[in-house]
Amino acid sequence: MLKKRIIPCLDVKNGRVVKGINFVDLQDAGDPVEQAKIYSDGGADEICFLDITASNENRDTIYDVVEKTSKKCFVPLTVGGGVRSVEDINKLLNCGADKVSINTAAVQNPEVVVESSKKFGSQCIVVAIDAKKSGDKWEIFTHGGRNNTGIETIEFAKKMEDSGAGELLVTSMDRDGTQVGYDIELMSKISSMVNIPVIASGGVGNLDHLVDGIKLGKASAVLAASIFHYGKHSVKEAKEYLDSKGIPVRI
Amino acid sequence: MKVTIVDYDSGNISSVINSFKEVAKDKVNIEVTSDLNKIKSSDKVVLPGQGSFNSCVDALNNISGLVDTLNEFAINNKKPLLGICVGLQMFADIGYEETETKGLGWISGKVSKIDNQNGKYKLPHIGWNQINIVKDSKIFKGIENNSHMYFVHSYEIVPEDKNVVSATTDYSSNIVCSVEKENIFGTQFHPEKSDKIGLKIIDNFINL
Repeated sequence: MLKKRIIPCLDVKNGRVVKGINFVDLQDAGDPVEQAKIYSDGGADEICFLDITASNENRDTIYDVVEKTSKKCFVPLTVGGGVRSVEDINKLLNCGADKVSINTAAVQNPEVVVESSKKFGSQCIVVAIDAKKSGDKWEIFTHGGRNNTGIETIEFAKKMEDSGAGELLVTSMDRDGTQVGYDIELMSKISSMVNIPVIASGGVGNLDHLVDGIKLGKASAVLAASIFHYGKHSVKEAKEYLDSKGIPVRI
Repeated sequence: MKVTIVDYDSGNISSVINSFKEVAKDKVNIEVTSDLNKIKSSDKVVLPGQGSFNSCVDALNNISGLVDTLNEFAINNKKPLLGICVGLQMFADIGYEETETKGLGWISGKVSKIDNQNGKYKLPHIGWNQINIVKDSKIFKGIENNSHMYFVHSYEIVPEDKNVVSATTDYSSNIVCSVEKENIFGTQFHPEKSDKIGLKIIDNFINL
């Protein structure tokens, strides 16, 4: 049976982890490579890096991080943040990323999704959708949640599937950072409308939220950042909890 | 010993390279090339493959003499070859992804789309699934039945001769996820992304 995936996400800025695991025995708490290794050794099904480097001068730092991580972690590695073009995707894949997530560029220029999925295969193209509730629908936001495009989310999700996306990483902007749980309605709506896997993101504060994301949100995978940081919960604990709730996980 | 990973522009192979280098350490020479002479002089060959069946076959054919060299290596000289993902699928006679495309014809059969049962099963089949080992395979030495492996694919190989099947996985039906036919090995899953257990399979292949 296919297992539900738990994907810890690390925010990386200028090549350094911004929020991360704060273990006392960690040699260098800001080293993304070391943190990714802790996650993969702990049973993470995949690792996700979100590059939040603001300045263009430091953009290349992520390539170095990906290259080093891919030599130490032998589980799939997804990298997103600032991916603009087919060339950016090519560079990340060559450095050892297994999947690349595309956010703003997928909205501004959906051709990037079409072209890159043809060139590299759908399996490595993840479209990251940032959505915010507006009345009885959800609207797509870009540029790290700063710009409202007014685009309706469900239609956009279907369009991305048709364009060749292999997976959708759906983040609720209303929930992100709140720790009150995923936007279940959003997740389950998108998941029912598309035939590709949906990764739920945004709002996890406890292990029950992960359970809800899968059981109620119908997500194939759950992504979380802060609950794994600072040692609040380990990936292993999360998996054991999901298992105890009858969710199939790799243990 | 020299193990060659065939670099034929088949998509992203850096993870395959990293994993083989990790396992080989300094004991085994890992070569990444499409140079025909280097492939011929190898002890073992790895044929990766990402993207579509059609695009991978096209990429193989684009390198003049490559298919002949692989045939000579695996069929005439019977040296060990491991196909991964689409690399395995290309062993079949024919594939139906994008358009009907002829494969290498090493294993009689076809490659067709996984039946999603009217949307009941999402495609691609992405993530960790357990393998059901149905035949002793040299690359499964020390691998427990029902071990988890990482999969990413929408198409499956359907061999005519079920005796070549060494493992299946349960997704919509019993999908063939590993084959062994004499010196030819293949995995639909990605050992290079299947953590320590995947590296063990790579180690088994290197140590054949």
